[in-house]
Amino acid sequence: MSHLKNLTLKVWRQSGPTDTGHFENYTIDEISDEASFLEMLDVLNESLINENKEAVVFDHDCREGICGTCSLMINGVAHGPQKATTTCQLHMRTFKSGDTIVIEPWRATAFPIIKDLMVDRSAFDRIIESGGFITAATGGAPDANLIPIPKPVADAAMDSAACIGCGACVAACPNGAASLFTAAKISHLNFLPQGQSERFKRTEAMVETMDEYFGSCTNHGECSAACPKEISIDVIALMNKDYRASKFKNRKELSR
Amino acid sequence: MAILMATTSSTLGSKREPATATAVGTRRKRPFLLDLYSTAVGKKYVMAISGIAMMGFVLFHMIGNLKMYQGAEALNHYAEFLKKLLYPLAPKGVVLWILRGGLITMLLLHLHAAWSLTRLNRFARAVKYQGPRDYQVAKFASRTMRWTGIIVLAYLVWHLLDFTFGTVNAVGTDGTFVRGEVYENVVRSLDRPVVAAFYVLANVLLGIHLFHGAWSIFQSLGWNNPRFNTWRRGFATGFATIVVVGNVSFPIAVIAGIVK
Repeated sequence: MSHLKNLTLKVWRQSGPTDTGHFENYTIDEISDEASFLEMLDVLNESLINENKEAVVFDHDCREGICGTCSLMINGVAHGPQKATTTCQLHMRTFKSGDTIVIEPWRATAFPIIKDLMVDRSAFDRIIESGGFITAATGGAPDANLIPIPKPVADAAMDSAACIGCGACVAACPNGAASLFTAAKISHLNFLPQGQSERFKRTEAMVETMDEYFGSCTNHGECSAACPKEISIDVIALMNKDYRASKFKNRKELSR
Repeated sequence: MAILMATTSSTLGSKREPATATAVGTRRKRPFLLDLYSTAVGKKYVMAISGIAMMGFVLFHMIGNLKMYQGAEALNHYAEFLKKLLYPLAPKGVVLWILRGGLITMLLLHLHAAWSLTRLNRFARAVKYQGPRDYQVAKFASRTMRWTGIIVLAYLVWHLLDFTFGTVNAVGTDGTFVRGEVYENVVRSLDRPVVAAFYVLANVLLGIHLFHGAWSIFQSLGWNNPRFNTWRRGFATGFATIVVVGNVSFPIAVIAGIVK
């Protein structure tokens, strides 16, 4: 175990949604390279509290890379420099002594800043509410493997279902688009037999709800590169295809 | 009721506000195609389909121009042939004008979709990142689509003024622009080094635009299949290369005196 010395942090401080905000510089004299990025911020906050200053507010929860609560734009990269890693699983060993680290919140109109580095991601909830579920009858749990699903299909659905809804795709996208999130949530259900009955209703509703808040996809691929779960932009193509199908199918059904 | 109305209208009326209400707005009723076009995904279809149409034009335009290597007669005859497409089944010039009409429509749709999507995307990140961004995979081509597009559009205007209307073309021997003398017009215009350089530059930018666009089409239209996914990049690169090499060769050939 070794230590990193003399880190300069440029942290975005914003007292509330309406404040303009600014960068503030902090120095971390010494930190273990085994500390996670959020632990480093905890250390910073401890010292701020000791100095009677206000702690830096940031989102975090499970700290094991599965909940999707943590965020942060670190040196202009969503979730920092390590691929397929959430900020909480990013460790200080990825940095060097003397580094300057710029920390900014996710920036998107649909993700208003609550305070400092914390943003409101409930626009994602609006998308899920509009169709990111299956309507299942309540009652006893059905037997496992009651519905046969080919292994490749199950795998593809699982790859999409890996999305933790952290919002890195939106943050990384030069257009502030939520295509990767929405497409992952759509295809995770659209791949599976359980999702078929509501497939086209779901796709239409979720895409159009996404449209109310987010930008459009220009196929840069930044979202996928930033995604801690490495979800492929292939799901976006699937979403585009299903959206077209659903517009035609739903129109036909409504006309009956 | 009034409160409910207020909530609904704020969700519907002003788009892209911070998400606070739980009510999901119902969409305005419009004709089917307009409804499809009203979404970002729908606009991307239009982008892709109009892109395909213009790619077809650009490719055949380049192939047609290769005639200049066979001399003045071949190229001028080819220009005359375009007017006589499907003649005598259709009167002279009719098919050409139908094709032109289609192209102009496609161009306008492409421009409108690009403009409205750009506006949408600006709204989607009203406050930009204050620190520097470090892009991971976004290519130069994909990030400069708007710029390459605008410059190619400006070039298109010049190109029409040059060879169709003759406004900026060097005049012929009798002091006027002669419309039917395609070959001579090409030589007279591209013999000016600055104009030739502009043609080369604009076509390289067109190539960059196509390098991303021709690949992007597959994603936008949802043509994604593991069987051919690996070929999509190659197709776009190959298409862009063929068009650029062909088009750039013309000004170079004139400057080098191969076409004179």
